[in-house]
Amino acid sequence: MARAACWVAGVLVAVFLLAPIFAIVPLSFSAGSFLFYPLPGLSLRWYRDFFGSDFWLPAVWNSLGIGLASAALATLLGTPAAFGLWRMKGRFRAVAMGIVLAPMVVPVIVVAVALLLAFGPIGLVATHAGMVIAHAALGAPFVVVTVLASLEAFDPVQLRAASACGAGPLRAFFRVCLPQIAPGVAAGAVFAFATSLDEVVVALFIAGPAQRTLPRQMFAGLNDTISLTTTAAAAMLVLLSVVLLAVVGWLQGRKKAGGG
Amino acid sequence: MADPLVRFEGVRKSYGAGPAAVQSLDLDIARGELLTLLGPSGSGKTTTLMMLAGFELPSAGRILLEGRDIARLPPHRRGVGVVFQSYALFPHMSVAENVAFPLSVRGVAKAAQADRVRRALAMVRLESYGERRPAQLSGGQQQRVALARALVFEPPIVLLDEPLGALDKALREEMQLEIRHLHQRLGVTMMYVTHDQAEALTLSDRIAVFEGGRIRQCADPRRLYDRPADAFVAGFVGENNLLPGRIEARDAESCEVRLACGPVVRAEAVDAGGPGEGCLVAIRPERVAVAGVTAAELGEGALPATVLEAIFLGDHVRLRLGLGDGGEVVAKRPAGLGALPEPGGAAAIAWPEGAAFAFRDAGARV
Repeated sequence: MARAACWVAGVLVAVFLLAPIFAIVPLSFSAGSFLFYPLPGLSLRWYRDFFGSDFWLPAVWNSLGIGLASAALATLLGTPAAFGLWRMKGRFRAVAMGIVLAPMVVPVIVVAVALLLAFGPIGLVATHAGMVIAHAALGAPFVVVTVLASLEAFDPVQLRAASACGAGPLRAFFRVCLPQIAPGVAAGAVFAFATSLDEVVVALFIAGPAQRTLPRQMFAGLNDTISLTTTAAAAMLVLLSVVLLAVVGWLQGRKKAGGG
Repeated sequence: MADPLVRFEGVRKSYGAGPAAVQSLDLDIARGELLTLLGPSGSGKTTTLMMLAGFELPSAGRILLEGRDIARLPPHRRGVGVVFQSYALFPHMSVAENVAFPLSVRGVAKAAQADRVRRALAMVRLESYGERRPAQLSGGQQQRVALARALVFEPPIVLLDEPLGALDKALREEMQLEIRHLHQRLGVTMMYVTHDQAEALTLSDRIAVFEGGRIRQCADPRRLYDRPADAFVAGFVGENNLLPGRIEARDAESCEVRLACGPVVRAEAVDAGGPGEGCLVAIRPERVAVAGVTAAELGEGALPATVLEAIFLGDHVRLRLGLGDGGEVVAKRPAGLGALPEPGGAAAIAWPEGAAFAFRDAGARV
């Protein structure tokens, strides 16, 4: 009885979480031109439209480019930060942790306004560099959290062993620590990429016409004309997210397998 | 010691307030010797090793390696081999890559690396295990790989921090002999930390007994066992009867002690005060002779005792004997020496001259 109730509750939660996806994805295959069910027929016309449009394609490249660059930057900054936090002792660790994780907690709209004000005078508004820096700041905490989690399984005596073998701190990190936490670093990079991919608030504030990302363009698309190409764009984002989730799952499986 | 390999000079280590973990340590390590730091946990032995390895900075004093002060040098510039209790092998590298790591860090050419790795693995009898991962080896094999990794770059000294602590007893004894033979064959200087006194006796050329951040005695195993310097060493190294008493009379070498349980015994005054002062009399269980006769029949200096318990242990019988008023003495009696009274029966005990030592009572000293 209780078991059946658990199942029902679980299915309801799943439906609640997945319903928007199931609602939007079939619409992208509609042969009609309006956002409603039942579908008048199936077609790939919206996908053709998506891949043949000057409105959407640059946004895809922007999303991928800014996503990759900001994920790389976030990983480059977040991994050493996690390593430092892991080695830190005492009460300042909590303070440092709070500062590093702040972008995760502070409302994105606040970050966006602050970035707009800060980037304005130094000419970073409406530039790719500005978007990459902004998204890296939002993604870095995810890198810190995942790398910290994989460092929990790393034996600090390994670093002593490395230095007893004659390896300096840098070499000990790159040859002994990094290979062992690599799955965590990669998972962090994927999370940072995903963060950039679906970020829209900061993009609304600081992206110029040349930096419009996919979510930003969907927002614009909904405002101007409700074209079903938007649902095709949404389906593409869903597909990318599923791929990223699968990658993270695979990385975590590797981490367990290689952890001995 | 003339020209020691390592010299600790007035080395002290303290963490914040509280008593220092290591208090004013002076210690020399000779070239080629295997020196063991023996002591209970918290006695400062591991801290001493960590200061030599470079993982702890001394609060004061100098540490000389081949005449050079290395106390402030980072660990990777000391060129000292270290074997850790947890092995600390690199799990993402093969056994051969683990052993090659110190050579690769030092920029040794690949061909020479392979050759030296092969020889180092042969040394620890793991020639055919080079391609395996550490996780595929047993604990003893992993520790042998760690040993090969610490020896492969031919450091002037190898430090071993309770390397056998995680192994079971049989394997531990096998590895003790292996380390001893390796040390004898290679002639490399070793500093070994353990809390296991039997292990220290098995392995060492010399043993430094640590307690409370100080060295209580530093001597070769035989001297340590036969002539302990104080009550702590007497109680910690090997088994000892420690009987409380009060000194009645003493001359330069020996004294007469009235034991708290009644009888008066003669003991060598190693570390004892003057008449009237409290002391502990130490007698090794294997030096106590037991016979089922009266004290007078056993000879001069013999004491009457009562058999409390006899435990048969194959090669010897372990006896618990009552002495005087509430005193208790343990004796080890080789099996096959003839029958003894049943528990509750009367017996006599005696020990050779020079087998009993009087020490200041450590508890009373503080």
